[in-house]
Amino acid sequence: MSFMTKPKIHHPNLPKNKLGLTTRDYEGGMSTLCAGCGHDSITAGLIEAVWALDIEPFRVAKMSGIGCSSKTPAYFLREAHGINAVHGRMPSIATGAQAANPELHFIGVSGDGDSLNIGFGQFAHAIRRDVNMLYIIENNGVYGLTKGQFSASADVGSKAKYGQVNENPPIDPVLTAITLGCGFVARGFSGDKEQLIPLIQAGLKHNGFALIDVISPCVAFNDHQGSSKSYAHTREFFHPAIHTDFIPPREEIKVEYEKGRAMPIELHDGSTIVLRKIDVDHEPTNRAAAIGYLERHREAQEIVTGLLYVNSEEHEEGGRKLPARSLTGVDGVGDPVGVLEAFQGGCR
Amino acid sequence: MPKVNDFTLKIATVNGTGSASANALLMKSIFRMGVPVMGKNYFPSNIQGLPTWYEIRVTDPGHLTRAGQVHFMVAMNAETFAKDQAELAPGGYLFYDSTWPRHREITRDDITVIGVPLAEMINHHFVEPRTRILMKNVAYVGALAALLDLDLDIIEQLLKETFGEKKAKLVEPNMEAVHIGYDYAKKHYDCPLPLHVKKADMTKGHVIVDGNTTAALGAMLAGANVAAWYPITPSTSVMDAFTSFCAKHRHDEDGTPQYKIIQAEDELAACGMVLGAGWMGARAFTATSGPGISLMNEFVSFGYYTEIPAVIFDIQRVGPSTGMPTRTQQSDINECAYAGHGDTRHICLYPADPREAFDFSIKSFDLAERFQTPVFMVSDLDIGMNEWMVPELKWDESYQPDRGKVLSAEDLDKLEGRYGRYQDPDRDGIPQRTLPGVHPKGAYFTRGSGHSEHATYTEDAAEYQRVLDRLRRKFDTAKDHIPAPYIDYARSKPVKAGIISLGSCDLAVKEARHNLKGKGTEFDYCRIRAFPFTDHIRRFIDEHDTIFVIEQNRDAQLKCMLQAELDADAKKLVSILHYNGLPIASMHIESTITDYCQEAEAC
Ligand SMILES: Cc1ncc(C[n+]2csc(CCOP(=O)(O)OP(=O)(O)O)c2C)c(N)n1
Ligand code: SF4
Repeated sequence: MSFMTKPKIHHPNLPKNKLGLTTRDYEGGMSTLCAGCGHDSITAGLIEAVWALDIEPFRVAKMSGIGCSSKTPAYFLREAHGINAVHGRMPSIATGAQAANPELHFIGVSGDGDSLNIGFGQFAHAIRRDVNMLYIIENNGVYGLTKGQFSASADVGSKAKYGQVNENPPIDPVLTAITLGCGFVARGFSGDKEQLIPLIQAGLKHNGFALIDVISPCVAFNDHQGSSKSYAHTREFFHPAIHTDFIPPREEIKVEYEKGRAMPIELHDGSTIVLRKIDVDHEPTNRAAAIGYLERHREAQEIVTGLLYVNSEEHEEGGRKLPARSLTGVDGVGDPVGVLEAFQGGCR
Repeated sequence: MPKVNDFTLKIATVNGTGSASANALLMKSIFRMGVPVMGKNYFPSNIQGLPTWYEIRVTDPGHLTRAGQVHFMVAMNAETFAKDQAELAPGGYLFYDSTWPRHREITRDDITVIGVPLAEMINHHFVEPRTRILMKNVAYVGALAALLDLDLDIIEQLLKETFGEKKAKLVEPNMEAVHIGYDYAKKHYDCPLPLHVKKADMTKGHVIVDGNTTAALGAMLAGANVAAWYPITPSTSVMDAFTSFCAKHRHDEDGTPQYKIIQAEDELAACGMVLGAGWMGARAFTATSGPGISLMNEFVSFGYYTEIPAVIFDIQRVGPSTGMPTRTQQSDINECAYAGHGDTRHICLYPADPREAFDFSIKSFDLAERFQTPVFMVSDLDIGMNEWMVPELKWDESYQPDRGKVLSAEDLDKLEGRYGRYQDPDRDGIPQRTLPGVHPKGAYFTRGSGHSEHATYTEDAAEYQRVLDRLRRKFDTAKDHIPAPYIDYARSKPVKAGIISLGSCDLAVKEARHNLKGKGTEFDYCRIRAFPFTDHIRRFIDEHDTIFVIEQNRDAQLKCMLQAELDADAKKLVSILHYNGLPIASMHIESTITDYCQEAEAC
């Protein structure tokens, strides 16, 4: 076999979660991405986040499209079923899978090309349907897997590795999601795990579509000078607007927050996310204000991060309102002969 | 010449005027008189204002198909009057609304003209403009009732059933309109005409249904519970019917629905949703037509390689975008069989009528799960949207859904060693499947691209090829599970020439065979009901010197497949093609075969 599975070594003193599992139990196969690729850091963040939530790995369905980013579900949760769909079409697979069995946790991983170019339609419609899933875009401004072409998230003026300059304005997944009515919209940076992990946890617990756009530099094709998605550039313009803490159900909220800056939001399962404003101007529960804030900072070329918009109220429409249980058994109808006869009675 | 209980009636109207219900009333009343009847609707793709025709054929129960000849034309559309007149067979009857006399437009002297001033009488009787339009149609039903000797009590009863208790007060004005037409015809013409309907006892045990409704019913009874679709004529009524069947019959005791129907953003997404649900373990399907299949191709390939069950109903229609989308054709035969990129081939079922559409719909779900692959039920507009008289649908009480090789949590608990998703434990090409969320041991990563027998990523040549070869083996195994062809030999030994056809050509072929036999030539008949093609078909071809391959498309798609799949001798195969958007007519088949045989002395 040409690709290895990671050896499962148990370290006796690794911390265990409530299921008695260590983070090692949440790992997957060995990554085949370039050393230093931002995507691998996100994988590591996912492993820690799911572990800390005490979710049984096999109760997760992980899904992706096509791209380097979309390969990553193979690198976490080896005990979970995964599906590497076709390019840009993971949202429809997720929609159908969730209709069939809403009892599982759904994690989708996509790329900026996957979601904002070829899959923009499906991405938008999954948000519109409020498919109950965590949806991560590993955003590097290029197509990694096909070797460095610009994607729809590349900024105007950003330079490609061999000098071409991007002329088309970017599609911002965060602004797009907010306008489409997404109830959980965040941005992170693969280089800041501390910020990312609580976002992933909160996103998984959010009842509905949770988007996290994670700036995830491509070291092979988009980490040079002149690129607006490089590590250096992201660090320089990184602007955390809000800090998120995730607190599991029944755990005491220990931190004392300065008045006016902290905002606890209780989720449907009793867990809480506490938002702490770093920038007082940001209003994460007000859609228009959030959009305005993002627009202002975009003009200043800042990369605003954190949980940027949240609305944990249940949406009335949306897929997750229908059968709340699995449809994977075959239910016929109790009395097929009767049904058939009743139908045919009207056909004579 | 047409006789009692053996003629074709065609009604030319304008769509959007409410003629559909009048035509259905006519057809149903003939059926209730115990006389076999067929109803075909040739409708335009707009909502209002274009010509539309409804063809009713009264004949022997075995030949309820389009013959290709009209004996009685109800010409209600001024725009198509000349064309409609021209279509009448010599000796036929031309019925029109004589409120507007058309003496100068009536050019034929070999037909009988029947004028009834419908508009004048109706406008005199009813005031409201919309009512006048609707009642004009009901009045021609009345006039035809007199001319063709239809039973007024049956018509009244049908109106009562249509309007139900809520709209019961509409029955009376409708019957008034019926009588207006009826009385006028009685008074001015010799009723009934030589061509008319006579009560009989030939419809017992039959129903009048369309194939989209029966397909939807089959899907529900087979336990399908996730459906995703994007609206497209002529498949929309599959999902409409499925929705209403589910709303009626598919709820938990506390009223929670046991199904989920999603209107997707396009057909590609619909197919993805079906695959997502199938991967998760639900019985899922979509319904579409050719343009939708084109969009689904990418996912169909994916489903084939990842081995995910899915059912796709293709209700075939005439080609791309607008123009003729509401006309029938069998032009997706190749598209469905080989949909997708890469080496793909798919199980296809070809129902011939609504009853078979019901049976095959159920069968599709079992095959999809047994073979873990997308399965196409290739129907068409004629089957799906027209009213067919067919033997009653039957439920097989012993039916158990075949879920195929799915490993349960217990199976996985007991499993020694590692689970291999794409292995071939039973040497039939069919691997074992696990469902997400059931057991940690069942987990695997589903990928369309190169995967090993353990579902791991591979770029190893031999490993990849093994998976491909197994897929081929699996396809061959399907031959033993799909519906066998229907083969009918004219005599105890094969005659010189045979006919191969499929789907909705069936009744037209049967009638042509019957008529040809009457003229002294017999033909054996093989109706293909599924792909992959089985050895029965190969044998049938071998047994005959000449094979007429009859299908409803321009490019001889079925014939090409027979050559490619069975290596059939091209010189033996003679195509009979029909592709103008109307259902194939038996006369077309009959005359083409006759001409060919005279020239080639082949039969
Ligand atoms: C239909 C189709 N077209 C093109 C491709 C080729 N392709 C594979 S990955 C990819 C781009 C992936 O870019 P992105 O989603 O940004 O992910 P990254 O590799 O940067 O993580 C393309 C164009 C494909 N797989 N399928
Ligand atoms: S090409 Fe870029 S995106 Fe792909 S693995 Fe390498 S660094 Fe990551």
